[in-house]
Amino acid sequence: MTRKGRRLWLLLICGLGVSVSAGLSLWALSDNLQHFVSPSDVAKVGAGGRTVRLGGLVEKGSVQRATQGRPSANFRVTDGANSVAVTYVGILPDLFREGQGVVTLGVLRPDGGFQASEVLAKHDETYMPKEVAEALKKSGHWNPDAGPPPSAALWNTIPSKPPGGG
Amino acid sequence: MTPPSTIAPKLAPKLAPKSGQSLHRFANPGRFLRLSGAVLPWIAVPGALLTVIGLAWGLFLSPADWQQGDAVRIIYVHVPSAWLASGGYLALAVCSVLSLVWRHPLADLAAAEIGPVGAAFTALCLATGSLWGKPMWGTWWVWDARLTSVLVLFFLYLGHIALVRAFDDPTRGYRAGAILALVGVVNLPIIKFSVDWWNTLHQPSSFSLTAAPTLHVDMLWPLLIAALGYSLLFGAIVLTRTRAAVMERRLRGLLMARANAADANPYAAVGDDA
Repeated sequence: MTRKGRRLWLLLICGLGVSVSAGLSLWALSDNLQHFVSPSDVAKVGAGGRTVRLGGLVEKGSVQRATQGRPSANFRVTDGANSVAVTYVGILPDLFREGQGVVTLGVLRPDGGFQASEVLAKHDETYMPKEVAEALKKSGHWNPDAGPPPSAALWNTIPSKPPGGG
Repeated sequence: MTPPSTIAPKLAPKLAPKSGQSLHRFANPGRFLRLSGAVLPWIAVPGALLTVIGLAWGLFLSPADWQQGDAVRIIYVHVPSAWLASGGYLALAVCSVLSLVWRHPLADLAAAEIGPVGAAFTALCLATGSLWGKPMWGTWWVWDARLTSVLVLFFLYLGHIALVRAFDDPTRGYRAGAILALVGVVNLPIIKFSVDWWNTLHQPSSFSLTAAPTLHVDMLWPLLIAALGYSLLFGAIVLTRTRAAVMERRLRGLLMARANAADANPYAAVGDDA
């Protein structure tokens, strides 16, 4: 075997070793690499007074904002199967709405409610102009309060400006 | 090993591996400078034009997002720079393989020149992402898998930049840098798939092989044009820097030869200067 061939094989073997060890470490650490847990995880294992991040969609029709005093809100975070009631005192991010993904940091109380100290809005991977969102809502294909938009093939070529509207 | 040039021409193709031979054609600095000088304007000019067109279209003419408003326009800077942060690192890894296995001298120079450019694009990606995160997510930074793995990529670039320049003997620096770059390659699939493997605050990719892009076409086109423009500019910058490095090395060689000649024959050198 030539020197080049030997170096190439050595490199491939080292590469294999590095990939396997990285893969195994990530697999072992997988639970810790999750940025947040879902309401189903909480229902299954519980959070037992630890500070955790809870993520999911804001349940439709569950948001109650305080009308007086300090800004605060009660809402439920759901993943479809389970949901958790969240209480938060503070200013919600602009993107916060029913049907939006959120990640909240806080503690699970013994009564099963979640006391959040931070609420972050999660943006999904869809980007659509206002006119397109309106058209989807009007045609009944999508209710943003209920969850993520339909398949992109349905809407990503709808004209973003009404014809003749400039 | 016998250098191929001393072997009869008829035997040479059999002894030297074909790929290596064709790769080493470009190791000749004169040929590289001629060829790259001819190619450079054809990369740099379209790159600059497409970047300007993509950015003008994206920042001023494309529609705003229904819920983010104008903040969506940051993707025309953030997404292409993120692609190039990873793509540049892949180029760095390819150069490192060429350097370690084939001992290609130009690959060493190119790797050293890709580092700072890739680091700059990674920094741009991190900075624009952070600027978008504050108004949209409600935070500048979170330690989720995507953001953390891109930060690691930035540190890998910085480590490579420092390592290739840390030795008195440049060849040792190139070897060490190449090994670091290749070990860091495991980070690339982690960056790409972090949003699919784990829960992250960062959104998953809008592009997949099996489904339509979840990005309206009026935003898709400026994004793709900007990405192509950025990529060509990236190539043009790296090529320019590599040309400069080749010329610098030539110049250093000439100065060294002159100094050695002066050492060997001091009286002649004095006569030269006087």
